[in-house]
Amino acid sequence: MPVHGKVVAAYGNMVTASFDESVRQNEVAYILASDGSKLKSEVIRVRGNNCNVQVFEDTKGIKIGDTVEFTGDLLVVELGPGLLQQIYDGLQNPLPKLSKATGLFLKRGIYFEALDRSLKWDFTPLAKQGDEICAGDILGWVPEGKFTHQIFVPFNFIGKAKIVKMADAGSYTVDNVIAEVENEAGKRILLNMVQQWPIKIPLKNYEERLLPTEPLVTGCRIIDSFCPVAKGGTACIPGPFGSGKTVLQQLISRYADVDIIIVAACGERAGEVVETLKEFPHLADPYSEGRTLIERTVIICNTSSMPVAAREASIYTAITIGEYYRQMGLHVLLLADSTSRWAQALREMSGRLEEIPGEEAFPAYLQSRIAEFYERACCVRLKSGKIGSVSVIGTVSPAGGNFEEPVTQGTLAVVGAFHGLTWARSNARRFPAIDPLISWSKYLDQMAESLNKRDPEWVNLIKKTQKIMFEGNEVKKRMDVVGEEGTSAADFVLMLKAEFLDAVYLQQNAFDNVDAYNTLERQIYTFGKVFKILQKDIAIKDKDEGRQTFFRLTSLFKNWNSSEWQSDKFRKLENEVNAFIGSEK
Amino acid sequence: MREIITKIDEITGNIATLKASNVGLGELAVVMSPGRSTPGQVIRISGDSATLQIFGGTKGISTSDKVRFLGHPMQVKYGESLLGRIFNGSGVPIDGGPEPVEEEIPIGGPSFNPANRIIPRQMIRTNIPMIDLFNSLVISQKLPIFSVPGEPYNQLLARVGMQADADIIVLGGMGLKFDDFTFFRRTFEESGVMNRVIMFIHQASDPVVECLLVPDMSLAVAERFAEAGKKVLVLLTDMTNFADSLKEISISMEQIPSNRGYPGDLYSQLAARYEKAVDIEGLGSITLLAVTTMPGDDVTHPIPDNTGYITEGQFYLRRGVIDPFGSLSRLKQNVVSKVTRKDHNDIMNTMVRLFSDCRESRNKIAMGFKVSKWDETLLAYGSDFEKEMMDLNVNMSIEDALDKCWEMLARHFEPMQTGLKNDLVAEFWPKTLEK
Repeated sequence: MPVHGKVVAAYGNMVTASFDESVRQNEVAYILASDGSKLKSEVIRVRGNNCNVQVFEDTKGIKIGDTVEFTGDLLVVELGPGLLQQIYDGLQNPLPKLSKATGLFLKRGIYFEALDRSLKWDFTPLAKQGDEICAGDILGWVPEGKFTHQIFVPFNFIGKAKIVKMADAGSYTVDNVIAEVENEAGKRILLNMVQQWPIKIPLKNYEERLLPTEPLVTGCRIIDSFCPVAKGGTACIPGPFGSGKTVLQQLISRYADVDIIIVAACGERAGEVVETLKEFPHLADPYSEGRTLIERTVIICNTSSMPVAAREASIYTAITIGEYYRQMGLHVLLLADSTSRWAQALREMSGRLEEIPGEEAFPAYLQSRIAEFYERACCVRLKSGKIGSVSVIGTVSPAGGNFEEPVTQGTLAVVGAFHGLTWARSNARRFPAIDPLISWSKYLDQMAESLNKRDPEWVNLIKKTQKIMFEGNEVKKRMDVVGEEGTSAADFVLMLKAEFLDAVYLQQNAFDNVDAYNTLERQIYTFGKVFKILQKDIAIKDKDEGRQTFFRLTSLFKNWNSSEWQSDKFRKLENEVNAFIGSEK
Repeated sequence: MREIITKIDEITGNIATLKASNVGLGELAVVMSPGRSTPGQVIRISGDSATLQIFGGTKGISTSDKVRFLGHPMQVKYGESLLGRIFNGSGVPIDGGPEPVEEEIPIGGPSFNPANRIIPRQMIRTNIPMIDLFNSLVISQKLPIFSVPGEPYNQLLARVGMQADADIIVLGGMGLKFDDFTFFRRTFEESGVMNRVIMFIHQASDPVVECLLVPDMSLAVAERFAEAGKKVLVLLTDMTNFADSLKEISISMEQIPSNRGYPGDLYSQLAARYEKAVDIEGLGSITLLAVTTMPGDDVTHPIPDNTGYITEGQFYLRRGVIDPFGSLSRLKQNVVSKVTRKDHNDIMNTMVRLFSDCRESRNKIAMGFKVSKWDETLLAYGSDFEKEMMDLNVNMSIEDALDKCWEMLARHFEPMQTGLKNDLVAEFWPKTLEK
């Protein structure tokens, strides 16, 4: 029996409601507007007999005295087979279904079940009658695309229970009963394939949290080689508008070597999501023959013009779905674009609550919320012994491209890798515009053991190269002041080497089919050659000659980069590279 | 419609608070003063009091004025008869014509379902080469014109309005000076396009609150026309005034400002408007071009900065021309050499690259370096490029502009010097002018 209340005040998307009995912090409430629509909202503050709820919908027409229905449940997502390939809004409302029901425009107060109730799944039981079970135990599995989608005892199942009846293998919808269990109190409970989990509470049903030590290969050389991300790790990509954040995110979403990608378009342009939406069904999955990218993707789409409170919820919805697939021993990558918009949603609500503001009017708890969110990324050993992970790469849109602002700083304090995009690089058309001089990753050392398995000297090579990069940049800065004439030949070559490294390795052509994506194997192979050139003593007669030599080398490597791995062209160009490295010059 | 005789408790800025019951958030009200009535909208309700945002401004409003609640949110008229008409920020005709009698539609409607969006692949022609050729405007695109006060951005907008191949042009003027208003009106009338133009004009002297309604009304009308299959081009000038009005209102509502006094939801407010740009599959479309004057020519100011994150590129209007370097149309790749002529992409890049080289040569001169023969060629090319392409008065179709580019290249360069692909040179290089 839900608790009822009444609207006593409303301003923007914040409504104050009175209640008689009790309410829970963060429980879901519905406001029954006078036009008959039911508006979903969440309790965010309780004071005496009044509580503040943030409404996830347009609040037009709400009146004093409108009924508020408190559900007693926290904001949850529905978990079960059929999440993949879906396009949800921030509250897990399936957008294509919504479009069928309401036409071109979104309509407030209309909610659908997140999982299709009519679809049948081929269920194979793994548990049997008489088994003792508890939360998170595996009852069976269904095939979902290429994945073995495990069906769990709900993660919020309390205590132990015994299976009284187990369904046979066969075809079931998500809400068909697949198991009947009896708990310790002797109560019979029916279980099906769908369960719910509150989005703001991390799902911790695992044995042990592990240190992330395996690389998450994005295919982007500057990231994987210099500022790598670990499976189960976190990274942030801040950058001003026009610096190529979205293109970078889209590339990662296509090529990252994980099982499942969750794209959370949080407060960004709808047009960008549309590209993902329309192209993924046609793009081949680089990791499984004959499948398309959409089959490993979930899209959470709460674009900039959709209600702000739902934007705040959207990244939690996304990470909860990620945690669910992690429980199956899969590696999940969440791409959140952009966390600044999420932080702004927090700020709007905080302002309406008249809380004392912190820097740039962001609430004082911004930093802890950011930390809470990124800490949900992890690599874990599950009860089944399998390893699963959720990694998070979040973009940040700093105001004016200034990284000193609170969201960027708050994020940098908690992530493991920082890929800073700058206008200086994007204006110079050096893409991806990640500035190698300001970016860093803590995972390079953390993953050293794993990386060095591929090349025993790898981490050392990278560190030496970073030194060359910095030194080359110093020379370049000096040269801007004293001119070429005042630069020694040795310094000049160092500068040319740094520029060469930038041109052929750090920069990557996203529109070239081959160059857009490099496997780690290829990166290590190519980098070995690049490094040899960086180490080689290159004597030059004069600066023009030096420049010419490096022009030639750059062009050679660029062609090599765009030739198919181990193709004839690749080998032919490699021979030319080797010839140069071996030469006396 | 309910009439409430009430005492207004509080009047601050454009906000009035009064006792009222059974009013909904966003409901429209009219404050009846002796001799005039001023519309307003409920923006906050609390217990038995309601806070109104008064569109006409609160000047002269008495605490004893009656307030009438209309039972519906702000609306705007919609219909074919709007074409050729001019309204103010409250939707009242200011062209001397009669009040339209067609249906009324709500403004600030819900967001377009992202799942229904399509990838836009059609170009909208403006016959301005700096747009069509170098940064093509694509249907459903939203683009700001970043400029500074004093630049001819309204002239540019008017020119786009006159020349663009759209079915309907909606002009939303915010804080428009009387002179500019007259300029738009006269230009559209004289060029004979007025019969497909609808104008919502908030003049600089009008109450600030009306300024906030202009984009919503313009876009609500545009949206309906788009649903009816029309290709609509919405021109807004100047969004900086809109953002400043937001600031004014939010400060008088005692909201905590975030950055330079602007409200924390500036991004969402701007996005809610810009995101109305849409290409509806099988039906019409809305394309949006909006002037944003940058205070102090600073692109990191909160208004242009937030705008840049929302829009799909930007045009920079500097010293009277569209700057080919900073300007960017993110969607042009969808149409360039795909729906336009096959030489478009290469010509676009080559012309800009050479112009950029010319700029370097100019820097050389400025720094007193010796000028080579090649520099002289570039300089001659650069000044022709400025005269024959960049000038805002140039009016030609993209095909003519492409031909013109080939002719200009042939005038100044050998084919090899341009770096253009051989097959394109063979097909397009003007034979008669070949050196």
